[in-house]
Amino acid sequence: MLEIRNIVKQYANHLALDNISTHIAKGSIFGLLGPNGAGKTSLIRIINQITAPDSGEVYMDGERLGPKHIGRIGYLPEERGLYKKMEIGEQMCYLAQLKGLRRQEAVERIKHWFEKMEMQSWWNKKIEDLSKGMQQKVQFVATVVHQPDLIILDEPFSGFDPVNANIIKEEILALNRNGATIIFSTHRMESVEELCDSIILINKSKKILDGKVKAIKDTYRTNTYRVEYFSRDKPVTGVDDLFSVSSRETVEDRTVLTINIAGGRTINDVLTYLIPLVQLHELKEIVPSIHDIFVDKVTQKKPSTAIETNQ
Amino acid sequence: MNKILLIIRREYLSRVKKKSFLLITFLVPIFLIAVYAIAILLAVKSFESNQATVQVIDQSGLFEGKLHDTETITFVETSGNVSDARAGIRGAEKKLLLIIPENITETSRVELLSSEMANVGTQKTISGQLEGVLRDIAFEKAGIDRRTVEAIRPSVTIEARELTPEGEKQSSAEATVGIAMTLSIVVYICLFLYGTQVMRGVIEEKNNRIIEVIISSVKPFQLMMGKIIGIGLVGLTQFILWIILSATLMGGARMAIMDDMTIEQVAATQEQMPSGGKPAAYGDVMQALNTVNFQEIIIGFLLYFFGGYLLYSALFAAVGSAVDSETETQQFTFPITLPLLFAYILSFGVLVNDPNGPLSFWLSMIPLTSPIAMLVRIPFGVPTWQLVLSFALLAGGFVLTTWIAARIYRIGILMYGKKASYKELIKWFRYKG
Repeated sequence: MLEIRNIVKQYANHLALDNISTHIAKGSIFGLLGPNGAGKTSLIRIINQITAPDSGEVYMDGERLGPKHIGRIGYLPEERGLYKKMEIGEQMCYLAQLKGLRRQEAVERIKHWFEKMEMQSWWNKKIEDLSKGMQQKVQFVATVVHQPDLIILDEPFSGFDPVNANIIKEEILALNRNGATIIFSTHRMESVEELCDSIILINKSKKILDGKVKAIKDTYRTNTYRVEYFSRDKPVTGVDDLFSVSSRETVEDRTVLTINIAGGRTINDVLTYLIPLVQLHELKEIVPSIHDIFVDKVTQKKPSTAIETNQ
Repeated sequence: MNKILLIIRREYLSRVKKKSFLLITFLVPIFLIAVYAIAILLAVKSFESNQATVQVIDQSGLFEGKLHDTETITFVETSGNVSDARAGIRGAEKKLLLIIPENITETSRVELLSSEMANVGTQKTISGQLEGVLRDIAFEKAGIDRRTVEAIRPSVTIEARELTPEGEKQSSAEATVGIAMTLSIVVYICLFLYGTQVMRGVIEEKNNRIIEVIISSVKPFQLMMGKIIGIGLVGLTQFILWIILSATLMGGARMAIMDDMTIEQVAATQEQMPSGGKPAAYGDVMQALNTVNFQEIIIGFLLYFFGGYLLYSALFAAVGSAVDSETETQQFTFPITLPLLFAYILSFGVLVNDPNGPLSFWLSMIPLTSPIAMLVRIPFGVPTWQLVLSFALLAGGFVLTTWIAARIYRIGILMYGKKASYKELIKWFRYKG
């Protein structure tokens, strides 16, 4: 869908994007992750053709990004806003027409969306008469009404109450099932982790890593497991060459261990050892979250920045 | 291109539909007409209130049969005693008592009594007639024939005619100056008014944060131009409506007030009035206005207003993009409006007095001042080549300011919370892409 190649963007006194490249697959949900000020919005603005990169190119379906792609992209900026004094229906029409829809078409689509989101009665209202949450809903509809192939959402869930956030999330997933490619940009990595197929992590204008979420997590697996067993059994301790215990906790009649499996051994080997000893209750691999990976990656380079960049 | 039209349409409709637009569009001509009507009504009223009967007690006996009734004053000679006459006019309306003392030739003083303050016009008429009679007496005493005096009192009337390629045409300097001044005021105020509207519109979009949504669909330049043209069309609509409404109402008002008197009749009536002191008689003004080429002025006004507006509003748009709120605009708008202010102030002195001098010429060529300077000159008549050159320069100036403004605008609209300085603006201007 989108091929980003060696994008560099320099502002007056700081480098916003330093040689960023990545690939966004058609029909995927892509996470653009990084702390505030990492360069996410700069990259989004380039994809939206709001600003031009100093060097590097963006390709959409193999073609150099140009004005004709504008109608295929829907963009929900982080800073939401609409004309306060303009009637909502008219405003939606205007925005949809700017994206290249004909008026008739725009009116039909908007009516359809308003019905779906239960906001039919808002057509003649003004934005300033709506609550913040309602405004967000209107803005979301404005983003997707022209049926874009690529939907870019900058901090999509901020400002929504949990109920509305869920409605919006479901709508986004439905759009994705119908073929739209979604880009989530957020600094709250845990909020989109389970939604994304692929991600790119950027920090201080540089790409830290990108790829499929599963592949990334596989790479960062540490062979750590959580083992829970009934405490009445003999306490388990680490075994050289097999596993070590990094934490131990006892709650009522159960004991929870965090174990690290030694190199060359598998969980099966550990189970073979444990089964005769204790009555197992639960076994689970501890997979690092994207956030953990991020902190890990950033700390490796510059330990001092890890904490302050963490939200 | 299609998108620019959409933007123009929105900017235009969202303003024209506002109640305040309708209010201003209809109220201004009504207000003007009301002022005009009140002025005429007052003139008519004062004409009526001049009607008075003057009882004359002539103790000197010099004035018998020598005071003539006029349109407004009827003289009644009485011989009764003063105190009776005094009692007679007490509380009476439009009755005056003129007491001419015996020694009038020495003192030149008379008493005029009335229950209400005597009208200035009436006083003038009375004193004029008394003076005339006294002068005749003085002439007689000195042995000078009155006719001789009248013959040697010269009277010169200037008939101003302008030599134009089409032949001679009557011109009226006063009317032309009046129109030139009015145009200068109107253009100055309107350029300011509509330029500020553009600036406000830009700030509004920036503050609303809708800007990012829109420029992900259109180029910043398209948005800026759409806004400028849209608001400009609002201005033109307003002017055209004002002109039409004023013309219609003016016609109606004239009919209502004058009944079926024609302008000539009014003029004639006023000329007959002996108190020649009435300033610029209504008929004269109308006649003078008829000599002015309104068509040329209106077309010139619309063209120069729009040209000047485009030039200035682009700068106003750039200012709007550079700030976060209207309170910060001061430092940028002042230098922008300086040339305008300059031309405006000069229009009252230099331009009107010397519309074809070198300063007037250059001011009407420089695009920053020409919208005012040229409009002030047009009523006096400007050679066609100057008009064409000046307008071409204005168009060129507009392209230049728009180009500069667009370069600042495209960066400015995405900058938040940054106090813009001139240095910053120059930096933005230089950004590529």
